Amino acid sequence: MENSLLITYLLLIPLIGSFVLLFIKSEKENLIKYIGLIVSLLIFIISLVIYFSFDSTNPDFQFVHKFKWIDNLNIHYNVGIDGMSLLLVLLTTFLTPLTLISSWSGITIKVKEFTVFMLLLELGMLGVFVSLDLFLFYIFWEAMLIPMYFIIGIWGGPEKIYAAVKFFIYTMAGSLIMLVAIIWLAIHASNYVGEFTTDLTQLYNVAPLFNLSIQNYLFIAFGISFAIKVPLFPFHTWLPDAHVQAPTAGSVILAGVLLKMGTYGMLRFNLPLFPDASINFASFMSVLAIIGIIYGALVAMVQTDMKKLVAYSSVAHLGFVILGIFAMNEEAIQGAIIQMINHGLSTGALFLLVGMIYERTHSRDISYYGGIAKVVPIFSFFLLVVSLSSIGLPGLNGFVGEFLILLGSFKSTVLNSWWFTIFAAIGVILAAVYLLWMYKRVVFGRVTNKKLDELTDLNNREIFVLVPIIIFIVWIGIYPSTFLNVSETYTNSVLERVFEPPKAEFK
Amino acid sequence: MIDLIYLSVLFPLLGFLINGIFGTKIKNEKIIGIIGSGAIGLAFLVVFIAFFETLSLPVNLRTNYSELFTWIKVGFLDVSFAYQVDQLSLVMALIVTGVGFIIHVYSIGYMHGDKSFWRFFAYLNLFIFAMMNLILADNFVLMFLGWEGVGLCSYLLIGFWYEKDFEKSTTAAAGLKAFIVNRIGDVGFLLAMFLIYLTFNSLKFSEVFSRVNAFDVPEHIFTLITLFLFIGAVGKSAQIPLYIWLPDAMAGPTPVSALIHAATMVTAGVYMVARTSVLFASAPTTMMIVAVIGVFTALFAATIGLVQNDIKKVLAYSTISQLGYMFLAMGAGAFSAGIFHVMTHAFFKALLFLGAGSIIHAMHEEQDIQYYGGLKKYLPITYGTFLVAATAISGIPPLSGFFSKDEILWYSYTNLGYVFWIIGLLTAVMTAFYMFRLHFLIFNGTARFDEAKTHPHESPNVMTTPLVILAILSAIGGFIGIPAIFSGEHGNIFHNWMAPIFKPAELKLVYYGTHTHFEEILLMAISVAGALAGIFAARHIYLKNPNIAGNLSARFKTVYRILLNKYYVDEVYDAVIINPTVNSSRSILWKIVDNKIIDGLVNILAGSVGDISSLIRKLQTGFVQSYAVVMMIGVLLAFFWLILSL
Repeated sequence: MENSLLITYLLLIPLIGSFVLLFIKSEKENLIKYIGLIVSLLIFIISLVIYFSFDSTNPDFQFVHKFKWIDNLNIHYNVGIDGMSLLLVLLTTFLTPLTLISSWSGITIKVKEFTVFMLLLELGMLGVFVSLDLFLFYIFWEAMLIPMYFIIGIWGGPEKIYAAVKFFIYTMAGSLIMLVAIIWLAIHASNYVGEFTTDLTQLYNVAPLFNLSIQNYLFIAFGISFAIKVPLFPFHTWLPDAHVQAPTAGSVILAGVLLKMGTYGMLRFNLPLFPDASINFASFMSVLAIIGIIYGALVAMVQTDMKKLVAYSSVAHLGFVILGIFAMNEEAIQGAIIQMINHGLSTGALFLLVGMIYERTHSRDISYYGGIAKVVPIFSFFLLVVSLSSIGLPGLNGFVGEFLILLGSFKSTVLNSWWFTIFAAIGVILAAVYLLWMYKRVVFGRVTNKKLDELTDLNNREIFVLVPIIIFIVWIGIYPSTFLNVSETYTNSVLERVFEPPKAEFK
Repeated sequence: MIDLIYLSVLFPLLGFLINGIFGTKIKNEKIIGIIGSGAIGLAFLVVFIAFFETLSLPVNLRTNYSELFTWIKVGFLDVSFAYQVDQLSLVMALIVTGVGFIIHVYSIGYMHGDKSFWRFFAYLNLFIFAMMNLILADNFVLMFLGWEGVGLCSYLLIGFWYEKDFEKSTTAAAGLKAFIVNRIGDVGFLLAMFLIYLTFNSLKFSEVFSRVNAFDVPEHIFTLITLFLFIGAVGKSAQIPLYIWLPDAMAGPTPVSALIHAATMVTAGVYMVARTSVLFASAPTTMMIVAVIGVFTALFAATIGLVQNDIKKVLAYSTISQLGYMFLAMGAGAFSAGIFHVMTHAFFKALLFLGAGSIIHAMHEEQDIQYYGGLKKYLPITYGTFLVAATAISGIPPLSGFFSKDEILWYSYTNLGYVFWIIGLLTAVMTAFYMFRLHFLIFNGTARFDEAKTHPHESPNVMTTPLVILAILSAIGGFIGIPAIFSGEHGNIFHNWMAPIFKPAELKLVYYGTHTHFEEILLMAISVAGALAGIFAARHIYLKNPNIAGNLSARFKTVYRILLNKYYVDEVYDAVIINPTVNSSRSILWKIVDNKIIDGLVNILAGSVGDISSLIRKLQTGFVQSYAVVMMIGVLLAFFWLILSL
């Protein structure tokens, strides 16, 4: 029972929702908030429908909806989903309503514009994950920058303009290289298929036939764009600025979903399209990943601003994901995929928590705090669980991802060296250092700052936002099969594409 | 009950959830205490029944499994929440739930009036839950879940009084230190798992161990695997060089020190080596390293213990030292003897800590033994039970410590050589000395505190009853491990029970040389004499001629100061590892590399685009005249170019 329009609904609803919002008076803030929430919940429900009718044993794209769009360039509107993108779609649709609820009191100006931008942002992210046409993918990839640019630039902190512009220009610069590569890829593919094509399924059969040097160039062009988004060391410096300046909702979406678009791109395009180049670059990418893991952790350790600390921790965590992707075996890639979800949940929750306390004190400075366990026990409890999830404590989600990635990278025949894993494992120690050290300084000890005595604990709305995330943190930690099963078929098929690429049957 | 063994894991979890979620609502200490202790009592009951069921089974059918559900299944990896019930896990589970239950009950009295009473019991239950997973796991990954889980509970409980100062820092800092040092060990455990997986395509104990002989694995792989595992054990069981967290762990409430940092969690490393004995036995190099680290830790910690004045510090270093004995046993291939010592040590060290708790209570949180003295008359039960424990740990027959320690010394002599035996013996003498130094300074002599102000009083029944039970166990617990030369045809009961578990490992180990009963009895006599000498020395110095101690420390000032400051190891770690890492991360990596170099380059690149543009912009002056001039020049150039090309 496959409804091929489901994904199109997924994209249309946020569009319609934001369109409707435009006709509502800006003063009716509550109405706007509720409409935004209802729309995002509707999207979530549709993504659940997709999940429940998804056939996890089928290696092909499902719910494909395709029609001609730009005829003379042979470009199609072509959307569909597989196990990996399904998980990311679910992550997106799950986090968006939560961020809307979390912004209920934090966003006080231009509520209407904010809600519209959040819905458009969701549209852009979903579009990126479901596009099966490179041209369409590129449109969503770029379009998504615009709402994020405004979210940081309008509702951000004191340096918001610098951060927003940096975010925009930096990621845009990478994307333009990718655009050139897409065009070039489509032209070159026409030598094989006879026509200019940006159809992903078609390119999957053709691009691997390119000789190694062409693959290398294309790998680099796509890779830079994705590496900036991830962000892979040394392309990460936009991230701390963007995170610190963005409002909570922006940070959550940025860390939770946007960064995953980079790793998604590597899995969706680099590996299957340029398998020889991917193997060629695997060690190089893994070295960058490991530098990111250790470097990100060390720099995170010495931060004084909580948000910056979490931002640098993302550099370290995403390093694990990249390592998993380029270890190229079942354990590692399954680990990388689940780690993408994990990072979305844990880091998203960390930003939510930092945002909640910031809303009360207007300080993100670690040294401002101390001893708040006594004043805000519920907050402290949530922060502990989320921190533990982030440092990979077994029984919580982070462990499953990290363990599989490290296990896979250790036995990887592509990387073929234990040193990758050994160095990455140092990151496991450092993660505990920076997060628990922060926890100690913020939560434990005696209250020395008098202002903290009047701190109020989390309210029901805030608890309501965090509890669903905690549920998944535990669920993935104890019974990850629910999620591993979804991506298993995808993982095996991408590995098949890498190691047994299609042979030239075309002319 | 064997099939239902998971209940012994679930009851503590249930207790944790009930007290953790509803603790603030329940409020009533009695109810919270009964829920917390009851959960462990039920778990003990489950294990106890399973133990007798297993006992009734024929020897070859005594290993059983109980699987709950699949945890992680990817590739070859297929691990479940599944529990292995065999001779080894049952003994450990009995110790953990049994001693655990006693300490829970004691805590009802000890923690009375604490504003976070519920939180204490929730954490304690969570600890038992994690520990039971560690022990009963049928695979490495689940064992690791328990392994890190107990580390978490240790972290939470060390920092339980998070507002309190501890030495130069806070209790929270002590907890953090424990967690991070443990994590260093955990990474060793992780790497070991990866290598095991790569070598044996599995992380299930039964599969891995059965493949040890079936697969053709070179010895250096075994050496690497076991070294990585041992790094994990060194962290968890506080051996050189990762022992530094355990003395600081004394920042936690005393029942925590008894349960986690003496009786159970810290022995997890020993248990892990025993569990993977067949791997260790395949790596003779590692076995030697284990023995050397063990025996040196035993000696090293004992020397520090000689001069410490904090009652809990003495016991902490004593624990490190005793753990060293256990690793000495492992390294000597005497796995069963090591586990036997785990058991007896759990009895008498838990008793010592609980006794210390009772004293600290009576003395209004004073922990410095220099301000104790003459407490015998105030705390008769604590005195009596403490004496039993001190005698047991000193190795005086027929108390439990004698049998287990002597077995270890004997095997270190036969399997490793007399050097190990001598160091072990020296440690035993020191142990007897510092234990009775402690004992005499606390209970005998005259009071060195203001008796008018402090009125020490014996603890309530809920605390003294556990002391008495543990004292009985410390006294008679050794009888199940009476060596064969005394017990005749039955042999060593404990050893026989454990034999099937360690048989595969023992088959791989070959020790040369024959030893006579006479030797065994002679060595035994020497070690008992040594222990007695230690006790009498302590009595002579601290009871009869109190000024000797002062003279000694004055004469050997440097040595005394080095020992008192624990060889300055913490200071060295701070100066060599921690401070340089933090400082260079801050001043070099963050402030220079990240802000100046990487981000600087990004901004320069972006800025240079602007610079170039503003250069080009100058051409766009907006003056029609200058455009006309440029156009003219262009036309002329084109004109000349055309002419020239003709």
